[in-house]
Amino acid sequence: MSLTARQKKTLIRIIATLAAFIAAFLCHLFLEDRAPWWAWLVVFAAIYLAIAYDVLIRAAKNIAHGKVFDENFLMIVATVGAFCVLEFAEAVAVMLFYQVGEFFQSYAVGKSRRSIAALMDICPETACVLRGDGEETVAPESVEIGETVVVRAGERVPIDGVVAEGSGYLDTSALTGESKPVAVSVGDTALSGSISTSGVLHIVTQKKYEDSTVSRILELVENASSKKAKAENFITRFAAVYTPAVVICALLIAVLPPLIIAYSSAAVWTDWVTRALTFLVVSCPCALVISVPMSFFGGIGAASKCGILVKGGNYLELLDRVDTLVFDKTGTVTKGSFEVVNVTGDHDATLFAAADAEVFSTHPIAQSVVAAAKLCGYTPDAHGADVKEIAGRGVVKGAGQDEIVCGNALLLSERGISFESVTGVGTVVYVARGGRFLGAIEIADAVKSDSSAAVAELKKLGMYTVMLTGDRRDAAATVAQSVGADEVYSELLPADKVNKVEQMIEQKGGKHKRGVVAFVGDGINDAPVLSRADVGLAMGALGSDAAIEAADVVLMNDSLMQIVAARRIAKKTMRIVMQNIVFALIVKLAVLILAACGIADMWLAVFADVGVAVLAILNAMRCLKTAKSTTERPPEVQTT
Amino acid sequence: MTKVFKMQDLDCANCAAKMERTVAKIDGVNSVSINFMGQKMSIDADDARFDEIMAKVVKACRKVEPDCRIVM
Repeated sequence: MSLTARQKKTLIRIIATLAAFIAAFLCHLFLEDRAPWWAWLVVFAAIYLAIAYDVLIRAAKNIAHGKVFDENFLMIVATVGAFCVLEFAEAVAVMLFYQVGEFFQSYAVGKSRRSIAALMDICPETACVLRGDGEETVAPESVEIGETVVVRAGERVPIDGVVAEGSGYLDTSALTGESKPVAVSVGDTALSGSISTSGVLHIVTQKKYEDSTVSRILELVENASSKKAKAENFITRFAAVYTPAVVICALLIAVLPPLIIAYSSAAVWTDWVTRALTFLVVSCPCALVISVPMSFFGGIGAASKCGILVKGGNYLELLDRVDTLVFDKTGTVTKGSFEVVNVTGDHDATLFAAADAEVFSTHPIAQSVVAAAKLCGYTPDAHGADVKEIAGRGVVKGAGQDEIVCGNALLLSERGISFESVTGVGTVVYVARGGRFLGAIEIADAVKSDSSAAVAELKKLGMYTVMLTGDRRDAAATVAQSVGADEVYSELLPADKVNKVEQMIEQKGGKHKRGVVAFVGDGINDAPVLSRADVGLAMGALGSDAAIEAADVVLMNDSLMQIVAARRIAKKTMRIVMQNIVFALIVKLAVLILAACGIADMWLAVFADVGVAVLAILNAMRCLKTAKSTTERPPEVQTT
Repeated sequence: MTKVFKMQDLDCANCAAKMERTVAKIDGVNSVSINFMGQKMSIDADDARFDEIMAKVVKACRKVEPDCRIVM
């Protein structure tokens, strides 16, 4: 239990006074008549001063500054009033109760702040740099770009860079929320904040510490709590209006009824003034004003634990209300890279022949063919020569009996090679050797393994799913169908995508009512759409500065399931915010009415003020907890 | 010029809101935002009179919540 110095002092005071009070109370109970009444006054007054002196001082300071009707003054008046009617024990007890509540409130706020800080304790404090002949441990801020840092097993990578030596695994859970380690070796990027789980890595830095991933994430999360949600703004405005309104009501309560009933009767005045004072004690809006920002703070913190960076509480609010989810196809729903999905004809012969012809080509289609062949045991032979690239058709290697023809349908028909046509959604590469057709290789942009599961979950959560793409109609339709999207628009230019999203936002009635439209893309070429949508989510943003800048919500790993997690966290946060607002308002209103009617005593008043605040804060702390299971992906071999 | 200051012992969110409102009214302050949970105050004020304005800001905040300190 870590407390500030001030809190520790207060806690000691509370415990000491409580002990003294219990002792005094028991003595008073059994020995009341043994001592004159003023003796008891002295005893209880002493205990009272011990527990209340800071409230007294604050009340005095505030009155000097013109702020008369604040909590401190009211508590003093209420308790001194109790002393005046000879209710010594009650006065001290109420003040104790109040102080305990205030202490707990301060402790809860501190704890919430510390939890977020702990979540964000992913920043390495030192870096081990290769300088001169050996290693130096320095502050990460002082490492220059291009220097080499050494990261051993169990240590955190301090700065973004590229692995120059060594290989091993990196745990990126601090950044992405995914605990599955990523294999890295020479030439791979290593991001700050990830932990090396095995091996020693020498990493050449590419950025300075302040610009590295982990620092940027921290900055984002810290600033996120500055961007206020509508609920937070509502509470601030509410408090601004509510406070003077309550003071006026209190004045009316204190003054009107006595004037009407019996203005000369001191008893009537006392009664109504007491009610007004109790009224004021109850009215403090602290419960609302603290718990609402805290809930959003907790929600943002919980999301960042899962690798979801929400740039402001308002986006959490919007995420909760999303009813239309628009996503880009390439790179979002699909892997964004070409893969061999099917081979007709003689599998190995076709693949190997094609690989022979394509092995030195840099075209992504060629590379995917070679990759697939290698998986089947192909080893490239050194002869790069003799390969002719025919623009718009394909490649031809060698001549005569061993001539390999590898390309599209046009290429084969031009050469008089008969073949079996294959219709597919991707690119089809036909392969022939020595004039004989071997087979056809279908290459497509494969759908991510968890895309359809994610879309199903999102639809269950009530979202209408729309896919946008610049790709051809049949390719788009197939992908849309396999993941289960409700609508698909294909062959769109980037400007068309923005228009489509705009259309959806403006559309009233029909399939998507005027709700919140969210767009998910890869952030790099979707910036205008991301900003046009109500909520822009960028996926796979790990390492992409452009994506982090453009989006409202940044998803650090590239799984659509993260959207499901984000939505769950948003819903939970909003639910807790609503619970707190409703609870606080109802209890306060009820006790206010009771106070006006004279039924509420000091205890109820202090509870309605401090007790409600504490309960609201405890409830708000629930926002920090998340169920991590929603972001785990099915086991998949990750190769780099 | 915009500067961010850390605050200590900012325990009352209501006070944070009051401070924000009071500081915003100070002559020379273009905008101010107080982050209660993060205990930070971000102020955009006139470059030329920045220190003078900050002195006024500190006084104003002390009036609202005497226990709260701005780390300069």
